[in-house]
Amino acid sequence: MSKATRQPPSVRIMATSFLVIWLIVAAFPFLWTLWGSFKVEGDFFSKANWANAIFGTLTQEETGSSFTGAGYYGAWVQEEFWRAALNTTLVCIFVVTVSLTCGTLGGYALARSTHRYAFWFLLFALMFRAMPPITLVSGYLLPFFEWNLWGHLYTTVIVLVALNQPFTLWMLHSFFKNIPKDLDESAMVDGCTRFQAFRHVIIPVMWPGVITTGLFSFLLAYNDFAVTTMLLSKENQTMVPKIASFLGTTQTKGNVMFAVSAVVSVTAPLFVMVMFFQRQIVSGLTAGAVKG
Amino acid sequence: MKHSSFFWFVLPSTLLMLAFIAFPIVSVVTQSFYTAHEQVVVQVENCGPFGCTQETSVDQEATAALREAEPMGEFAGFEIYTDRNHLAFGEVAAAWVNADGLPDFGRSLMNLPFYKALAFTLTYTAVVTPLTIILGFFIAIAVNSVARAMKGPTIFFSLLPMIVTPLVGSLILFWMVDARGILGAGLQWLTDDPNLSVKASTGLMWIMLMVYGVWHAAPFAFVVFYAGLQTVNTDTLESAMVDGATRWERIRFVVLPHLFPLVTFVALIQLMDNFRVFEPIVSFQASAHATSLSYAIYNDLGGETRLLSSAAATSVLTIIGIAILLSPVLVRTWRDFDRK
Repeated sequence: MSKATRQPPSVRIMATSFLVIWLIVAAFPFLWTLWGSFKVEGDFFSKANWANAIFGTLTQEETGSSFTGAGYYGAWVQEEFWRAALNTTLVCIFVVTVSLTCGTLGGYALARSTHRYAFWFLLFALMFRAMPPITLVSGYLLPFFEWNLWGHLYTTVIVLVALNQPFTLWMLHSFFKNIPKDLDESAMVDGCTRFQAFRHVIIPVMWPGVITTGLFSFLLAYNDFAVTTMLLSKENQTMVPKIASFLGTTQTKGNVMFAVSAVVSVTAPLFVMVMFFQRQIVSGLTAGAVKG
Repeated sequence: MKHSSFFWFVLPSTLLMLAFIAFPIVSVVTQSFYTAHEQVVVQVENCGPFGCTQETSVDQEATAALREAEPMGEFAGFEIYTDRNHLAFGEVAAAWVNADGLPDFGRSLMNLPFYKALAFTLTYTAVVTPLTIILGFFIAIAVNSVARAMKGPTIFFSLLPMIVTPLVGSLILFWMVDARGILGAGLQWLTDDPNLSVKASTGLMWIMLMVYGVWHAAPFAFVVFYAGLQTVNTDTLESAMVDGATRWERIRFVVLPHLFPLVTFVALIQLMDNFRVFEPIVSFQASAHATSLSYAIYNDLGGETRLLSSAAATSVLTIIGIAILLSPVLVRTWRDFDRK
């Protein structure tokens, strides 16, 4: 930064303190819940003194140590949260693979086509993107009951893939636009068909865009609540609807700590993901915006 | 690109979107005109020593058979749209006649489920969208102009509230503002009212839901604006400075016009996402104080009796709402394309 654009100290102090406050607001709830998940309920929700949640006074009395893994044991073993985790893993893997396969083909065609219908296609995709998933779910239920498709993991996977398509197409379309046209056109001049050009020339160079889009497909599948809670039977539940069901049933039994540790368990993989893929997430968020 | 290769390339996506987005919309619209069959009632005459009595009873088998044969129910026309749970024309008209001034009319409207949900959804969208943009803009400006060293950690921690599952993120906040949680206790101490509880107060609940909305969405605006700030023309900035523009004037006349297309983009995405607000209401267990259109659909679909037709009617009204909300944007995109 040049000397001329440097800020006077008053502005710097103001901006820095504003940022520090924002960082606390953004990060503190997660740290607090992570810390609290190793306490007993009496400490996490402390009537007497909020500081108990930090020092674990009641946890010390009840378990003899200031940290306890009882919440995690209850959630993962007793309430079989591992089953939900397994289901989530399956759903995420399949949603990401299928939606990227369909999305790259479609996104490539949309980026290369100069016809007017390609624009209409994208505009319709944008309108579909605006549909709240829950409104569509109310359209699925009756046909799915009638055709015995309700409750299975594969139904949910295919529905999530479909709901994800508009976004995937938009994003991959803008990534493919950035790959020079000359690349595949020269391959076609050399005698490749359109698909061969895609297969041998575009696929090797498309991975950065595909990985970024894949991250967002993963997030959509991992974070979905509206579809998974309505379309999955109890034994096929993924993690997010499972947590919601903890709120209804176990809370009355006084086992809110199960939900707390389940919440921490769901957040942990996302935390790791942000750590490793921060650059891709940022580039994905801005891809649609900056490149128009 | 040739028409035929375009067709084959987009075929899988098209089929998926037709089958699982376009077709369900048709199915929802159709369903909203049908209502569940009434139970089949049979009249039985019991004749005893003291004369005959008429008895009515439900013919379970016939009811089940009828429902099996026509799962969509019987045709009801616009009946579901106008009933008490949706547009409630009768109730609104009665409230209008009986109302004692506008505030009273508003209060009676808030007792009708659809208007209650609509009011919250619109307020939420109208409040959260601009606040998100403003907060995101200030974070971006602060990181960009002053604390470049803080860039890495700011982006990392800012991404968390956005990336984390909405249901989970709102639960985390909800536990903290519980009367026995740290923020809830802090609020009680601040207001010096030991009985203050966010759960019990409609106003506080609305505020809390909106605070969550801003917390969740501001990072997105921040990241987009920050990327935009990297492409601001430094020559223009420096010549503005030479011409004697103050800091605010530079932001106002150079940076903001540059970011304006991004503001429209963020606003569009935020409008879509805020209008479907749903998960926080589930986590906050706020349905007594605030419901949204999405939540109303979820509520109809869940539970023992799945009210498919009622949910379908609310869905259609929601879709109409979104169409109205997005029509200016769509018209503009279309015009822009036409000009090219």
